[in-house]
Amino acid sequence: MIRELSSLFEYQFFTNALAAAVIANISCGIIGSYIVAKRMVFISGGITHASFGGIGIAYFLGLNPVLGAAVFSVLSALGIEWVSGKSNVREDSAIGILWSLGMAIGIIFTFLTPGYAPNLMSYLFGSILTVSKTDLWLIGALAVVLIIIFTRFYHLILFIAYDEEYARSHKAPVNTVKYILISLIAIAIVLNIRLVGIILVISFLTIPQSTANIFTKRFSRIIFLSIFFGIVGSTGGLLISYFYNIPSGATIIFVFVVIFGIAKLFKASQVKLSLKRQMKRL
Amino acid sequence: MSNSPIVSLKGVNAGYADEVVINDVNLDVFPSDFIGVIGPNGGGKTTLIKVILGLIKPISGEINWNKADGILHIGYLPQTNFNDKYFPISVKEVVFSGLMSKKNFIVGYKKKDEEKIHKVLELMGIPHLAHKNIGELSGGQMQRVLLCRAIISEPGLLILDEPNTFVDNSFERDLYDLLKELNKEMAILMVSHDVGTITSYVKTIACVNQYLHYHKSNVITQSQLDSYNCPIQLITHGKIPHTVLGDHNHNHSHD
Repeated sequence: MIRELSSLFEYQFFTNALAAAVIANISCGIIGSYIVAKRMVFISGGITHASFGGIGIAYFLGLNPVLGAAVFSVLSALGIEWVSGKSNVREDSAIGILWSLGMAIGIIFTFLTPGYAPNLMSYLFGSILTVSKTDLWLIGALAVVLIIIFTRFYHLILFIAYDEEYARSHKAPVNTVKYILISLIAIAIVLNIRLVGIILVISFLTIPQSTANIFTKRFSRIIFLSIFFGIVGSTGGLLISYFYNIPSGATIIFVFVVIFGIAKLFKASQVKLSLKRQMKRL
Repeated sequence: MSNSPIVSLKGVNAGYADEVVINDVNLDVFPSDFIGVIGPNGGGKTTLIKVILGLIKPISGEINWNKADGILHIGYLPQTNFNDKYFPISVKEVVFSGLMSKKNFIVGYKKKDEEKIHKVLELMGIPHLAHKNIGELSGGQMQRVLLCRAIISEPGLLILDEPNTFVDNSFERDLYDLLKELNKEMAILMVSHDVGTITSYVKTIACVNQYLHYHKSNVITQSQLDSYNCPIQLITHGKIPHTVLGDHNHNHSHD
C-alpha cells in the first residue's frame, strides 16, 4: 500500500492533479467564503450554468472553450449584479432564466458544430487528472490575485458585504467592489470547471466553507479553515478515486460531504458535553 | 457654537423611481441641534434621513453639507437591523466599520483604532461583547453595538432612526441620557414614533408628512400637529417620563 502510494507520486498526471486541487482550494476557500457569507450560492450556480453557453459558442466558432466560458460567465455575472441593483426585478427569477438560457445556448451550438465534440463531457464532469501546465498557471494566478485583494481590502470587503447601505453612507465604493468580486467569482468558477465540471463546481465553493462555518463564525477563520478542509477532502478524494478506479470529481465531493457530516456530529457532541457540564455546575 | 448649518436642505423633492415622497423640504441642521422627527408611517421620515445621508439624490432642490475637513462624518443608526443575523462578523468588526472613511478603505486596525473601539464599547457598557459574533446578541445588545458604530467616528451629526424599537426599558432611559451627553459634541436628528418620549429630550421637532413643518420648540400641541397636517396622536406608553406636551386635549383612546 505504502509502496503503491509513493509510486503514485511518480506519475506526472497525479502530482499535477494534486497541485491543481491544492491551488484550486486556496482560491475556492477565499471566494467561496464570500459566496457563503453573502448567501450567493444560487447566483454562483446561475453563473456556472450560464458559462456553458460560452463553451458551446466557442466550440462552434472554433475558439478556446475556456475563453468562451470566461467571457460568457463574467458577462452574465455582471448582468446579475446589475439586475440585483434594480428594485423592480426579482433576482432569483432572473438567475433562473439566465441559468437555463446558458445551458440551452450551449446545447444548441454544440449540436450545430460539425463533428463530435470530444471534450464536452469533461466540461460537464471535469477532468482533474488531465489538467495541463497552463491550467495550473491560470488557477495559480487567480489564487495570487485573490490573496492580494482579500488581504489588502479585507475590512472593506467585509463591511460592504455585511451592511451595504451603511457602507454607502460612508461613501465606500460599494458598486466597484461588488462588480469586481462577482467577476472574480465568475473567473474562479470557469477555471474550476476544468477540474470538477459544471455540475459539481459549486461544491468546491460551498461544502468546505459550510464545514468551516460549523467551527467558527469569524470570516477570516472561515477562509483558512475552508482551505484546509478543501485540501484534505480533495487529496482524500483523489486517492480513493485512484485506488477504487472511480471518477475523481465525484469522489472528491463525496469526501467533502462525509467530512461535513463528521464535523456536524463532532460539533453536536461537543455542544451536548458543554451543556451537561453547565447543568452540573447549576 | 458656530452659526453656520452643518447640513442645509433647500426646496428638496425626493423619493423613489416613480414616487415623490417628500416635497419642498427646507431644513437647516446646526451643530448644537437635537431635532426630533415625527410623522405618520410612509410620511417620508426615512426618505428624509436617506437624503441627508447622501443615499438618495434629491429629484430637485439643493442639499449642502458643511465639510470642515473635506469629510463630513455622519453617524447613522438604521431603523431595524434586518441584516443577516448569521453573517460571520464580530462585534468589534461591526464597530470598527464606523471608522471607515475615504482615508482608510485599505488599511486595517491601528492601535489608535483599537483604543477607540474599546472606549466606545465601554461607554455603552458592553466591552465583554467585543469578540462575540453578532448572531449571539439579543436585539437590545445589537442596537447598542450599532450605536457604537454610529458614534465611534465622533461625527458632527448623529442620525437615529427609531432608536427605541429594540431597546429594553432599562437601557432606554440610559440611552436618552447618553444622547443628551453626546448632544454637547454633535448635532442629533432622531426619528421616533413615540412622540411623548421624544418631546422630553429633543430641543426642536420636525413634523414630516410629505411636507416638513419645523417646530422650533419641544412643546407641541395636538392642534398644532393637526395644523401641520401631521396625523399622529400624542399618546405615550411605558415608564419613560414625558413632560411638555403643551396645552392640549389628551386623547387616550387606542385605535
